[in-house]
Amino acid sequence: MRTRAWLLLFAVLVVAALAAIAFGSVSLSLSAVVDALMGRGAPDAEMIVRVLRLPRVALGIAVGAGLGMSGAALQANLRNALAEPYLLGVSGGAAVGAVLATSLSVTSPGLVPLAAFAGAVVAVLAVLAVAQAARGPGDARVLVMAGVVVGAFANAAIMIVMANVPDQTVRSALWWMMGSLGDASWAGVRWTAGYVALGGALLMVYGREIEILALGDDPALALGVDTISATRRIFLISSLLAAVTVAAAGLVGFVGLVVPAIARSLGARTVRGTILASAVTGATLVVAADLVARVARAPAELPLGAVTALVGVPFFLLRLRRMS
Amino acid sequence: MIRFDDVRLRYPGQNAPAVRSFSLEAEAGKLTAIVGPNGSGKSTLVRALLGRITPEQGTITIDGTSLADLSRRDVARRMAVVTQREEPVFPMLVRDFIALGRFAHGSLWAGPTAYDMEVAESSAAQAGVEPYMDRRTDTLSGGEWQRVRIARALAQQGQAIVLDEPTTFLDIAHEMSVFELLDELAHDGIAVLLVSHQLNLVARFADRIALLHAGEAVAIGSPSDVMRGDLLERVYEWPLVVSRDPAVGAPMLVPLRGRSPR
Repeated sequence: MRTRAWLLLFAVLVVAALAAIAFGSVSLSLSAVVDALMGRGAPDAEMIVRVLRLPRVALGIAVGAGLGMSGAALQANLRNALAEPYLLGVSGGAAVGAVLATSLSVTSPGLVPLAAFAGAVVAVLAVLAVAQAARGPGDARVLVMAGVVVGAFANAAIMIVMANVPDQTVRSALWWMMGSLGDASWAGVRWTAGYVALGGALLMVYGREIEILALGDDPALALGVDTISATRRIFLISSLLAAVTVAAAGLVGFVGLVVPAIARSLGARTVRGTILASAVTGATLVVAADLVARVARAPAELPLGAVTALVGVPFFLLRLRRMS
Repeated sequence: MIRFDDVRLRYPGQNAPAVRSFSLEAEAGKLTAIVGPNGSGKSTLVRALLGRITPEQGTITIDGTSLADLSRRDVARRMAVVTQREEPVFPMLVRDFIALGRFAHGSLWAGPTAYDMEVAESSAAQAGVEPYMDRRTDTLSGGEWQRVRIARALAQQGQAIVLDEPTTFLDIAHEMSVFELLDELAHDGIAVLLVSHQLNLVARFADRIALLHAGEAVAIGSPSDVMRGDLLERVYEWPLVVSRDPAVGAPMLVPLRGRSPR
């Protein structure tokens, strides 16, 4: 990817972040935002910017980056441009893990992601087993079908868990299932960003291996990649990334689908480049979608997952059509 | 260099082995070919070299070391395999694609070094694909793509190269240029092992041919040993004659028209 394209990606992210800090139920001018960020603004503006909106934007960046990278790695690993943690049921599995943990009163922002990770891994194994039983995970439509089935099962599991917990928990769990950055706190941001950075770093380390896996099993074996263990490794890392975002913000679909395609259309050719560009673009997309969710029908808030789905579904249909 | 010793291969859940008691050596500096009808076990042998199926009897050795004792990276440094099919899902630059052949030589995370790019460059020159270096893999024609894949295999710099049906779907010029290239590689001292359906071309280029039938080598030897009408007619179950190519003198197989003897 050319330097110009990278600059463009970062510039758009900065603009989206500034807009997300400025706009909301109370709108602030750009200078008020800058003053508040520098610590010399009016007290109430500082409160809005530094306590309410900044952690939310930071969480949005971490969640978007995680979803983007997870999608890019899954697509390369499965040789399938429709692969995405939400459509594959990975996010659903993560949500089951997180809901189970919460219902057992495990709420630490460091531990819920691990419970979600466990759920995500189970979901990946299930999806691969279902796809294998049909025509193999290389067939885009079979894979998506398997993901939908596992996702539906995860939904059912969550509803069963929710039927047995107090009303208050149900309401927050429901909001979470629709995706939201509303619970953003600095502690949450730190954990989420930490896990996302870990997953991203691992993907960078194995970037060349992923590049070769994307060529297919036989060529990868011929070039010296032990495909079975490598595939497993990449699934684990992308599941971790997806699970962390689910633990932080619930189900936010389609980001992992849309974002790698944008990265590739901007000229990303290597897997490492695509993953990095997907991180930046994913961050922008989630921050912007959250802004829309907050201001579209203010003071009411739309579910974040609904906003990303409104973008993602038409995109998915276009993709599907181009494939067949 | 690549040696099959009394190898039996069986797919999980199958009663009959796909290959039974197969022995062959692809020697350095020679073009060795494996031919045979569909389903005779040719591709199974390639799968065994890729480690997808392990011999239940016998051994496969590469440069004296058993395949079972080598990691995939070790194997990739000694032997390159151009697999039958490869369909890129995400396009990349031909230059980067060829440099992937260097994967087994570098550390896992480091990208290709300047030396790796040099090797990629010279491999491309050898395979005649230098002009395509800055093109995207999805813009190549079938013949260009095949040669680019061979260039990537050359970048592995092993002492052996295996090709599974490299000229399927290629026109005469591209097919001939692939065979000429393999001939050159053999002259440079590389062990070339070729799996092919192109009997007549194989008869012209190969030093040694193994004819496979129902998982067994029914003949191994020079082209004139193997290209015998009675033998081929039995193996391919089709009436044919073997004559001599008037231009180059190599044995030439001509399938006859008529009803199948089946």
